[in-house]
Amino acid sequence: MERDDLIVNDSYSVDARHDEAHGKQIRKKIYFVTILLSVITTVEVALGIFIKQGTDFWPVVKWSFIAMTLVKAGYIVLVFMHLGDERKSLRYVILLPYAIFILYLLFIGVTESSHLNDVWLEFQP
Amino acid sequence: MAGEATKAIDKTLLWGGGRSPFSVSYGKMMMWFFLVSDALTFSGLLVAYGYARQAYTGAWPIGEEVFHAFPFAGHAHLPLLYVAMMTFILIISSVTMVLAVEAGHRMDRKGVTKWLALTIVGGFIFLGSQAWEWGHFIHGSAGYITTDTNAQYFLVEEVPHGKTAADVEGFALIANKGQENESTITGDKAISLFNERIDYVQGANMTINEYGPPQYANFFFFITGFHGFHVFSGVVINIIVFFGVIKGIYEKRGHYEMVEKTGLYWHFVDLVWVFVFTFFYLI
Repeated sequence: MERDDLIVNDSYSVDARHDEAHGKQIRKKIYFVTILLSVITTVEVALGIFIKQGTDFWPVVKWSFIAMTLVKAGYIVLVFMHLGDERKSLRYVILLPYAIFILYLLFIGVTESSHLNDVWLEFQP
Repeated sequence: MAGEATKAIDKTLLWGGGRSPFSVSYGKMMMWFFLVSDALTFSGLLVAYGYARQAYTGAWPIGEEVFHAFPFAGHAHLPLLYVAMMTFILIISSVTMVLAVEAGHRMDRKGVTKWLALTIVGGFIFLGSQAWEWGHFIHGSAGYITTDTNAQYFLVEEVPHGKTAADVEGFALIANKGQENESTITGDKAISLFNERIDYVQGANMTINEYGPPQYANFFFFITGFHGFHVFSGVVINIIVFFGVIKGIYEKRGHYEMVEKTGLYWHFVDLVWVFVFTFFYLI
């Protein structure tokens, strides 16, 4: 069987090669993202330890947790997984179907479980 | 990054056949498609967890109150620090992986070997940490007893196996834990309550646990277990590719795309942990 990763004129990864100077630039970006991810994680843990659930501040903290998670996820996918360097068409093929499905799943999950919670509270013995 | 994907190519040429319109090889595209389907699985699990939690009418356990132990720290109260350490380990092993991919693009075999080896070490440390975490979760802390009036009394200190409450110095129980009328019972009354108990719940299993509703432990076992299994397979794949690098297979092939593909999988494992960390431990 012919293996496509061995065909030279179709070998895209050969084109992805770079020299030492360019590599330095890429490594700089990697270190930047490393520090960013570490700082965000530290902030998350500090907030988790010092702000108790149910206090006045909690809703703000909760939503900032979700926001920080999405920022971290974005950097991992776009920089570490190089999706930001891929062709726009590939980016959309991967992200759009996923986003549409998960947004719907979140919507239906939150709606239905909230309703179920109301019903259970109302008819509790 | 330099490469085929950043070149401006005419649309008719790009989509005209005979080449990948996405400018990626078959293997890399399939890895991405697999990761999308795997991401849907994990999202389904986390949404199911959120569903169970939102619908539950009682008090759901809070991460920082369940996970506050650290190896060799005894009974010290260190909320979330151990999980934070695990997160940090996974982030660092992700960084060493992306450095291995970068070295591969420079055809730097020594660099790939070094960074990939460090990634494998990071993976093993994470797996070990998770084993400890599971062990601690299953073993539990002081636990609680149930009485014939169906009330729950939480122990302040555990009663070791084969001992009685009278053997524990200063034995005390907490009634109505987490509610406004929370109170502590000490002395003979506490000991007699313990002796007349129906059940002594300590740690966690699939049917009952000391932290909250059974679903809580079930989701913990399933979500972190499924993720841990992914980490384990990632380590195995990394080891296989590591030997490929040492043997010079990719050097001969002319490119290190295999490292890039396993790198995608490894970063995905890190990505999932970022979400598990937020939605299971923090919120």
